[in-house]
Amino acid sequence: MEQSKMAFGLKARDATGVLSPFSFTLRDKRDDDITLKILYCGICHTDLSTIKNEWGNARYPVVPGHEIVGVVTEVGSSVQKFKVGDSVGVGYYISSCLSCDNCKQDWENYCPKIVKTFNHSHPDGTTTYGGFSDKFVVNEHFAVRIPTNLPLDKVAPLMCAGITVYTPLKEHGLGQPGKHVGVVGLGGLGHLAVKFAKAFGAKVTVISTSTSKEKEAIEKLGADSFIVSRDPEQMKAAMGTMDGILDTASADHSLMPLIALLKIRGKLIALGGMTKPVEIGMFHLMLGAKIVAGSIIGGVKGIQEMLYFAEEHNITADVEVVGMDDVNVAMERLQKGDVRYRFVIDVANTITMSNSRI
Amino acid sequence: MAAAATEYGVKGSPETEHPRKAVGWAARDHSGVLSPFPFSRRNNGDCDVTIKILFCGICHSDLHSIKNEWKNTIFPIIPGTRTTCCKIFHVYLLYDPFAAGDLLSKVVLWTLFALYYSGYSFLREPEHKHEIVGIITEVGCNVQKFKVGDKAGVGCMVNSCHSCNSCKQGFENYCPRMILTYNSIDTDGTKTFGGFSDMIVVNEHFVIQFPENLPLDKGAPLLCAGITVYSPMKYFGLNEAGKHLGVVGLGGLGHVAVKFGKALGMKVTVISSSQRKEKEAIERLGADFFVVSSNTEQMKAAMGTMDGIIDTVSADHSLMPLLLLLKAHGKMIMIGLPEKPLELPVFPLVGGGKMVAGSCIGGIKDTQEMIDFAGKNDITAEIELIGMDYVNKAMERLVNADVKYRFVIDIANSLTAA
Repeated sequence: MEQSKMAFGLKARDATGVLSPFSFTLRDKRDDDITLKILYCGICHTDLSTIKNEWGNARYPVVPGHEIVGVVTEVGSSVQKFKVGDSVGVGYYISSCLSCDNCKQDWENYCPKIVKTFNHSHPDGTTTYGGFSDKFVVNEHFAVRIPTNLPLDKVAPLMCAGITVYTPLKEHGLGQPGKHVGVVGLGGLGHLAVKFAKAFGAKVTVISTSTSKEKEAIEKLGADSFIVSRDPEQMKAAMGTMDGILDTASADHSLMPLIALLKIRGKLIALGGMTKPVEIGMFHLMLGAKIVAGSIIGGVKGIQEMLYFAEEHNITADVEVVGMDDVNVAMERLQKGDVRYRFVIDVANTITMSNSRI
Repeated sequence: MAAAATEYGVKGSPETEHPRKAVGWAARDHSGVLSPFPFSRRNNGDCDVTIKILFCGICHSDLHSIKNEWKNTIFPIIPGTRTTCCKIFHVYLLYDPFAAGDLLSKVVLWTLFALYYSGYSFLREPEHKHEIVGIITEVGCNVQKFKVGDKAGVGCMVNSCHSCNSCKQGFENYCPRMILTYNSIDTDGTKTFGGFSDMIVVNEHFVIQFPENLPLDKGAPLLCAGITVYSPMKYFGLNEAGKHLGVVGLGGLGHVAVKFGKALGMKVTVISSSQRKEKEAIERLGADFFVVSSNTEQMKAAMGTMDGIIDTVSADHSLMPLLLLLKAHGKMIMIGLPEKPLELPVFPLVGGGKMVAGSCIGGIKDTQEMIDFAGKNDITAEIELIGMDYVNKAMERLVNADVKYRFVIDIANSLTAA
């Protein structure tokens, strides 16, 4: 029996970013779609930047959320990958062309016709609404299976933060024993970068603007060393020692001091959303054959591989679970970086009559 | 590099510090004007070869050096500070004053650099040049690769440590102790002098065998320009038939990149600031397309079409429009030598999984491979052959990029006459 097409969630209506109850119609279901009851949804900095229109691309009302974990409640007639009851995840995109070179090489994340999970348009022109809601319809290709022994609340952030750090570790050969990986910033992305890099056998140095997170980085996350970027002695001692650096910091900052930490042929991978260009002395790149690259999320195959790797190495995010009623407060705290290290909304247990009706 | 740099006056002048007389041309000050310069070369060691220089190309980096545009020319130095300054120069390769955090470190570091770079002495910028071809006239007793009479070439390097990871992997060009053919301090503490001279003595490891069929004058520029484009094209996989290569700038480096790209079966688009080079790019060099960087329609049509871009431009220029030309996972390789930092937009790198990489010449193994490839495919540089007496005029024209596409000096026939 077809379930209700109505969904309930939270929307931002303007650049204040304040979220309020919202009900909307799910898109029409196709034969290769699955429907899921959303259990948890992580809160990513991209959600915050979008609802506040920091990038000038908000299409209000915006229902954010792209670190979605849920259980399948309905499958279309041609669905092969899943059955009702399966635990699945959905990340930053819900559609791509599946025919371009990028899609064929399992890089749906770079497809020019990608459709984002939220704040975007379906091919029919209707707006995509994300995971700060109770139900979701998605083409089976773009959903991934959650391994059974991973706790769902702690897995949700892997759907964006996890794959964002996993992909460059794999693609740039940094996730290997013997490699020395620097991780700039210890937030949602950074703490997972440390966990994944350590699981790959790499040596990890966290580079942070303050010492406040040092104990946690070493003792809880397993980093091998910790340096403060504002300490010239520590930075000098680390010069020319790193095979790669995952730069998760999204605030605008200079890359030159980080480039100096790289070995010959070292790679600085930018993962944060820096909007302003940075000055680079090309001489320094050329003398050491160094690379500045960017990376964003990953392909569907990569997300699935990442989850199996996470299962094998028992990697989950460090989360603070909040209810739907607390999302605005969580957003304010996220703005200040006051979270260790990801908020996750317990959607299923906290979406109530009071917060789900207009 | 030189562990015990010595100062002029301790081992003698350039004319007397080595046993074999040599003649060359040198720039004496920041004006960059070149004039005759007597100096000396070492004896031919067991692993050395001596080359009678026949031709030498002029590279844009030579212009940067003689005008001290990169502020690293071993210019006049205050006697007594040279040892310290030499060590600082090598530290510079590892440490970046931009990275110095506190004000005191910045002041100290930049003061030391200023001393090094602006020091004075009776002897100024040595002669230089590093696209050298000639004939072997002497071989040491341990030399394996060459015999007297062989055609040979020397590029940008004459020595390295042979033991670091870069050297072991065949990338001597990234060895922290790599010694340049000119403007460098050799292991014996003396300055290296380049190819604007009648002869040179080099360790055989750093000498390239020249294919018989490759003309020496047109092949000379390949020893720097050729390897500078070939090395990153190979390393980053921008050498596969069917891939689309963008070449920014059509000068000494760019025109060779087009030729290599076409020989490898790639599709090649030249991106230039001016329409006037289009006919040449397409008809003479074989490029498939030509895009004017200021033409927004053309640039838009080319967006997201290139697997890689070789950026040969040393002038200040905008990188954003070029990054947009790349496909997802595309690679932009910077081989021009801009004097000032460039602005790099990070957003398009993140959004497309793209990269910007620096590259500087190439290792010896790749240089030999490149020359052999050029010989097999009849690839040479487009040159204007000049006499030594024309070299200052050539430098002026090079400033205005008024050459198609490389000056090569006929050393053997004009050095002593001039």
